[in-house]
Amino acid sequence: MTTIDAGVVPVPRELAPRRETYLNVAHTVKSWALTTDHKRIGVLYLVTTVLMLALGGSFALLLRTHLLTPAGALMDSYAYNRTFTMHGIVMVWLFMIPSIPAAFGNFLLPIMIGAKDVAFPRLNLLSYYIYLVGALWVIIALWMGGCDTGWTFYTPYSAHSPSAVVPTVFGIFILGWSTIATGVNFIVTVHTMRARGVTWFRMPLFVWAIYGTSVIQTLATPVLAISLCIVGIDNWFDWGLFDPARGGDPVLYQHLFWFYSHPAVYIMILPAMGVFSEVVPTFSHKNPASYNAIAYSTLGIAFVGFATWGHHMFVAGMSLFDAAAFGVLSMLVAIFSAIKVFTWVLTMRRGSVVIRTPMIYFLAFLFLFVFGGMTGVATATESLDVHWHDTYFVVAHFHFIMVGGTLTAWLAALHYWFPKITGRMYSERWGTVAATLVFAGFFITFFPQFLLGNGGMPRRYATYASAYQPLHVISTVGSWILGASMLMTLGYLLVALFTGERAGNNPWDSRSYEWYTPSPPPKHNFEKEPRFELDPYDYTVPAERMHG
Amino acid sequence: MNDLLRRLLNLPPQASTYARDVDFLHYFVITTTMLGATFVFLLALYFLVRYRRRTPGETTVRVVTSTPQEVFIIGSILSLFLVFWVVGTLQYDRMMTPPPDAMTVYVTAKQWMWKFSYADGRSSMDVLTVPEGKPVRLVMTSRDVIHSFYVPAFRMKHDVVPGRYYTAWFEAKAPGTYAIDCAEYCGVSHSRMLGEVHVLSPGDYSSWLDGHPPATGDLVAAGRDVAAQRGCLNCHTLDGQPHIGPTWVGLYGSQVKLEGGRTVAADDAYLTRSMMDPQADIVVGYKSVMPTYRGVLEEPEAAALVELIRSLQTAPHAPSITLPKVTTEGSALPQEPLP
Amino acid sequence: MAEQVAGHFESLPRQAHAARLGMWIFLGTEVLLFAGLFVLYAAYRTEHPHGFAVGVENNTVVWGSVNTGVLLVSSYTIALAVHELRRGKQRACALLVATTIFLGMCFLAIKTGEYLEHFRVGLYPGGVGTFYRDHGEAGTKMFFTLYFCMTGLHAIHVVVGTAVLAFLLTKVLRRQISERAPHPLAIGAIYWHLVDVIWIFLWPLFYLIPGGNP
Repeated sequence: MTTIDAGVVPVPRELAPRRETYLNVAHTVKSWALTTDHKRIGVLYLVTTVLMLALGGSFALLLRTHLLTPAGALMDSYAYNRTFTMHGIVMVWLFMIPSIPAAFGNFLLPIMIGAKDVAFPRLNLLSYYIYLVGALWVIIALWMGGCDTGWTFYTPYSAHSPSAVVPTVFGIFILGWSTIATGVNFIVTVHTMRARGVTWFRMPLFVWAIYGTSVIQTLATPVLAISLCIVGIDNWFDWGLFDPARGGDPVLYQHLFWFYSHPAVYIMILPAMGVFSEVVPTFSHKNPASYNAIAYSTLGIAFVGFATWGHHMFVAGMSLFDAAAFGVLSMLVAIFSAIKVFTWVLTMRRGSVVIRTPMIYFLAFLFLFVFGGMTGVATATESLDVHWHDTYFVVAHFHFIMVGGTLTAWLAALHYWFPKITGRMYSERWGTVAATLVFAGFFITFFPQFLLGNGGMPRRYATYASAYQPLHVISTVGSWILGASMLMTLGYLLVALFTGERAGNNPWDSRSYEWYTPSPPPKHNFEKEPRFELDPYDYTVPAERMHG
Repeated sequence: MNDLLRRLLNLPPQASTYARDVDFLHYFVITTTMLGATFVFLLALYFLVRYRRRTPGETTVRVVTSTPQEVFIIGSILSLFLVFWVVGTLQYDRMMTPPPDAMTVYVTAKQWMWKFSYADGRSSMDVLTVPEGKPVRLVMTSRDVIHSFYVPAFRMKHDVVPGRYYTAWFEAKAPGTYAIDCAEYCGVSHSRMLGEVHVLSPGDYSSWLDGHPPATGDLVAAGRDVAAQRGCLNCHTLDGQPHIGPTWVGLYGSQVKLEGGRTVAADDAYLTRSMMDPQADIVVGYKSVMPTYRGVLEEPEAAALVELIRSLQTAPHAPSITLPKVTTEGSALPQEPLP
Repeated sequence: MAEQVAGHFESLPRQAHAARLGMWIFLGTEVLLFAGLFVLYAAYRTEHPHGFAVGVENNTVVWGSVNTGVLLVSSYTIALAVHELRRGKQRACALLVATTIFLGMCFLAIKTGEYLEHFRVGLYPGGVGTFYRDHGEAGTKMFFTLYFCMTGLHAIHVVVGTAVLAFLLTKVLRRQISERAPHPLAIGAIYWHLVDVIWIFLWPLFYLIPGGNP
């Protein structure tokens, strides 16, 4: 049996009254295109980000297949360089950053705090369209051949590159405003729209994660916007703002770029951590080992994360003092993640643990994120980073975090909240098989890349010395397994969408607040202002107590 | 043990003097962190089994970690990370500070090749020939975009930036051929911007020197020619007398007072910047009249001038004429001529 | 109608508070946007003190200072407009908003004039133009490129601010913004004040502060 629904008597489908939900309240295209319902906007983002994941993933498969041979199996170097650049750009900005906050954050945030919608619903819709326009420009850039500077756009190369730099940075610039608008919306929502009784320390931890993410994305994204603006100006008009001959300093660009892009990685991981702060207590049927630790470490990551950008620049000509400062701050920010990991693991202690697909993804996350996080601590050690910087070691590190961490969490979220969003259950058997394959495919793809980096193989190389070939072949085979498992996941979830078993309101027997509403929820989430009887992680009493 | 771990981790041979120490830190960091990660994962698996749900709908007790528990976990992890940081920073300092007796090689990176100029005037493309057992200081700049000079076997890497001169160093432990990779994406042939370091035993190195005489004579003499041809000697003297510009005698390595109160050390970077952007640092007591030589001086010429200036610790001979004092309005007296 | 509370808010004061909070956070993002360019200015000024001093010397300080006065007065008129609105003086408010818009357009006209004057002496961004034949330091080229970037970005914000005020003016004229629900105008005024404050920083950096060897 796939659900854990305590105390609800199942009703045969034919006899159940047809309940109005946010999905069936209207069916026209206009009702979706002009919706201000945060749940529908969340679904729009979900569908679009899945398409972007497919696009970025296709580039990844092209890259890995090309790297089967030392001289390159598929394309010339110029095409390879544009492919890895667009892979990074599509994945980071079109998929990773919106993946959890814009889709799941939008859907769940108001419900979790007992609100009817976000603070600015029309701005929310506008954010989605801004995102679409930004994505469209990136696709136009692709059609024009793509950009070849790497997703980091380092100057002076980006000022002189003959590739489609300007439409690319223009698209990302526009996307940035979508992120900022969403961030502002969520911050104001959490500050002003919590229902009575939902105090800061009595709201689901996923809200903390989204809040922390929103703070980072609101503060950091404008700096990216101006940095890319200048790259575009330099490339199009040749104004030379980073040209040494005209008084410019190419390394200054790096400071500006990484000031955003390091917090950006926390934008990508905090929501993932928020997902597991929900999944682990639910499937352990137990309160988190320390609510405060999770909440405070979220703020710690959000703020200290702004002070660590220099660890991307240890070999860019940095003073010893700066290197030491960035090094120690990077160690400190890792501690906050360690706090969360320990809290999640200790949550299971003296719990009542059940394994379902979301928990399988948690186990995968635990292994991959901790492993990957430790390699992050290693690369923060300055003398070691001299060897690893700009090699496959770093590529492996960040894929362990972003794929092993964030994508795994996104998949967990997809399964955990599938019944809430669709009202149906997916097949647990397919879920287990796919999760295992995702894990295996991922590990086979990226673990060899640590060894490639140790061996001195630089990143962004279209061709390589033949001694590196065996590791590359293993990695490529892994990527095909990973790609297949993602297609498999898409497949059974689509089937479940139409033929899955109807879920009850609270199939996981959770106490978190989104499970107080029916699955799927009605258009206004709650008919009147909700009263959450219990705190969101009170498993000392049975589920019936949730409704008084 | 070192060799076993090195091979297990797919690390290249430890061909420089600091490579072994770096690898030892690497082993320590990876081992401790992997052990920690394994412990966490096994603990989770244990809890999963020990605390699995036995009856449907069963409730649990509310358990929160105590403050001493939290302090212990955080404290021990932080202490370990701080050890990494301290050792890493000390090693980094050593890796970024060339010993004073290092021999200098000038490196110019350009899409998509490496040019090397040696202090004795010889130059080479893509192959760097050095003796074993002698520290080598690389003074590096780029002609176009950012590149990065990376020798995996030395565990050595530094970005090479246009408009700036960066210094890196290594001391090769044993003869051999070691790959040079470009480690900063620089355009279409980034992956083909390769080179080699040829490390020769002292005997082989002197044979190599004899067999490859410098085409242009020693750099100091070349520097004298450049200084005369490019008009530097119209304003700068080689005999210690200040003139329209500061004298080059005793300049290298000295502390220079600038207009606006700053003091800078006259190192390679300062000297080359003075040639390329002379208005950036005006020396106290001098007018800002020096033209820029960016685009005028080729890299080997600039390198030759720096070698010349470096060689002028004392004036080669007493001044044969005394230059008239050049007055500047409203600033400090010109520096006294050196003995 | 603005007086009606939006469906998802409990009350008008709540909605007004949320709108204000949202605007202040948004202003923070605008400050950070400009901050990137200010960082460039600070770094490059430190590296090229003399070149920047030459730049300041050769800038159109009179027009720049007049523009500062224009914006300061416009901040006063919009603040007064909000004040009058709260007192129920709908007509006075509309007049003051219109004056602010007019002053914003004056600013843009003067700025345009300045740019044309720069072009006349052969001074263009990117170090291009005959002006640099006699003022060829790298620092001076960077100074003027930054000048065009930062005042240009600022001018775009003046355009946006003026458009926002024009839109709000139509609502004031139609009594959709009134003393019962004044917060949309108050929020627009805050945005305008930001546009003014940014100029207050640009003015001394590009027109006033000498340095290096003039």
